[in-house]
Amino acid sequence: MRTVVSMRNVSKLFSNGTLALKDMSLDVRRGEFLSLLGPSGCGKSTALRIIAGLGAPSSGTIDWPSSQISKKGLPEGDVGFVFQEPTLMPWQNVWGNVYLPLRLRGVSKKDADPAIMEVLTSVGLADFTKSYPRELSGGMKMRVSIARALVTKPKLLLMDEPFAALDEITRQKLNDDVLRLWRETGITVIFVTHSVFESAFLSNRIVVMRARPGQVYADLPLVTSAVRDEHYRTSEEYRATTDTVSRALQEAIMRGAQGK
Amino acid sequence: MSDTVTFAKAAAEAGTDSQVAIVVSRSSISERVLSIVIPVLMVILAIGAWQAHIVINEVPRYIMPAPLDVVTALWTDWGTLSPSLLVTLRITFLALGIALVGGVGLAIILVQSRWIELALFPFAVILQVTPMIAIAPLLIIYMPDTQSALLTCAFVVAFFPILSNMVAGLKSVDHNLLNLFELYGASRWQTLVHLKLPSSLPYFAAGLRIGGGLSLIAAVVAEFAAGSAGKGAGLAFRLLESGYRLNYPRLYAALVLLMVTGVAIFALTSLISWVLLHRWHESALKREN
Repeated sequence: MRTVVSMRNVSKLFSNGTLALKDMSLDVRRGEFLSLLGPSGCGKSTALRIIAGLGAPSSGTIDWPSSQISKKGLPEGDVGFVFQEPTLMPWQNVWGNVYLPLRLRGVSKKDADPAIMEVLTSVGLADFTKSYPRELSGGMKMRVSIARALVTKPKLLLMDEPFAALDEITRQKLNDDVLRLWRETGITVIFVTHSVFESAFLSNRIVVMRARPGQVYADLPLVTSAVRDEHYRTSEEYRATTDTVSRALQEAIMRGAQGK
Repeated sequence: MSDTVTFAKAAAEAGTDSQVAIVVSRSSISERVLSIVIPVLMVILAIGAWQAHIVINEVPRYIMPAPLDVVTALWTDWGTLSPSLLVTLRITFLALGIALVGGVGLAIILVQSRWIELALFPFAVILQVTPMIAIAPLLIIYMPDTQSALLTCAFVVAFFPILSNMVAGLKSVDHNLLNLFELYGASRWQTLVHLKLPSSLPYFAAGLRIGGGLSLIAAVVAEFAAGSAGKGAGLAFRLLESGYRLNYPRLYAALVLLMVTGVAIFALTSLISWVLLHRWHESALKREN
C-alpha cells in the first residue's frame, strides 16, 4: 500500500519548555482508518496538528510521497481537518460554512453548489442549508464540520477527538456515519481519541502513544472481516480487541509515569 | 407545519440531541401592542402634565414655555431652525462617517503588528482623554474655518470608541477558526474579509452605537465652545442665541430638534446593528425559554 504521509523522527518542543513529541515516526498508508490513542497530554493532538501544517515540528520531517506540495509545504487541498469543537462561523449558515474551503480557493458559489449539496446529503443535512449554527444541535454542528472537511474531496481526513463532547447515542450515530463515509469514499483517516472503545470500533490500525515525551508505544493492526455495526459492538471479537487495546494503553500509561 | 416535519426527519437522521433544535418563541399580540402603547401613553401624559402646570400656575413664557408654545415656535421659526438643523446633522453624520472609516481602517492597521500598535496607540489615547471642550478653541485657530473645526471635534470624540471596539473585535477571533483558515491556505486578505471582519461585527455595532450618540453630543458641545454665527450656525448656536434673547419657546424648539435627532441616530444605529447581527449573534437574539 502506498504511503499517504510519513512522519520521520518528529519532535516538538513548545516555547514553555514542554517536550510534546520526541522522535515520533509514523507511516500512514492509503485507505487506512488509523486511530491515535493515548492518555491526555501524550501529544496526539500535537502530532495531528503538525501533520496538518498547523505549527512546524522542532525537528524531523513530514513527507507526502504522493501529493503535490504547496509553497507552505502542505499538500494542495489533500487534507480535511475536523476539530474537537465544530468550529463553525456563526454568521454563516450551513451552506456558507461548508462553502468556505472552496470559497478560499476561488470557486464560485454556482460551481460549488453541487459539491456542497452532495456532501451535505451524505451527512444527512441537505434540508438544513439555510440554518445557522446556533439553530443546530451539537451533533448536527459536528456533521456540518465533517461536511466542510470533506467538501474538497481530500485524500486524508484528520479528526481531533471530534465527538468527545457529544452524548453517547449521538456519538455512536456519528461513528457509524464516519465509518460509512470512509467505506464509500476510500479516504484515509487519522482519528485522535482517548476512547478505547471508539478506536476499537472504528479503526483498522490503532497507534497507542505514551506521554512525556509523546512517542509511539504500540502499533496494533486490527484485521477484521466483521461488518462494524450494532452487532459488532456486542461481539466477542470486539471485546477481545478492546481488551488488547486497553492493555496496551495501560502499559503505555505506566511507562509514561515511570519515564518521568 | 413544515418545520415540524423537517425537524422530525432531522431527529431521525442526526441522533437524539437534534430535537433540541429551534423553538421560536413569540410574544402574544396584546403584549406587543402594550409594549408600544405604554411608553407612548407615558410621554403624552408627561407633556399633558407640563401643559397643565404652565396653564394652572400661570408660568410666564420667558421662564418656561408650554408644550403648545414650543410647537408653535417650531412652526413659526422653522425658517431659522431648519438650516441650523441641517448644519448640525451634516457635521454629526460627516464626523460619524469619517470616524467609522478611520476607526475601522486604523484598527485593521493596528492589529497587523504589535509594533504598529505600540507606535500609534498613545496618540489615539491622548486624543481620547483630552477634554474636547478644552481644545475646541485651539482648533478654531488652526483649522481653516469653523465648520472644519467643529467637524474635527465631533470626529475625535466619535472615533475612539469605534477604534477600540474594532481592535478588541479583530483580536478576539476564534483561534480554531484562525487555524482552519491557515489550514486551507487562506491569504491575509481572505482571512481579514471572510473571518476577522465578520467576527468583529458585534464589536463594530457596539462602537457604532456609542460613536453615533457621541458625534451628535460632540457636534453640539464643540459649537458651544467654538461659537459660530450667521449662515453656518448650527442648533447649538440657536440655543445660545434664543437664551440671550429670552426667546424660550424657540430655545425649547431647538432642544426638541436635538432630542429628536439623537433618538433618530439611536434608532438608526440600533437598526443597523440588528440587521448585521439578528441572524446569528447572542446580543440580538431572544432567549429561547
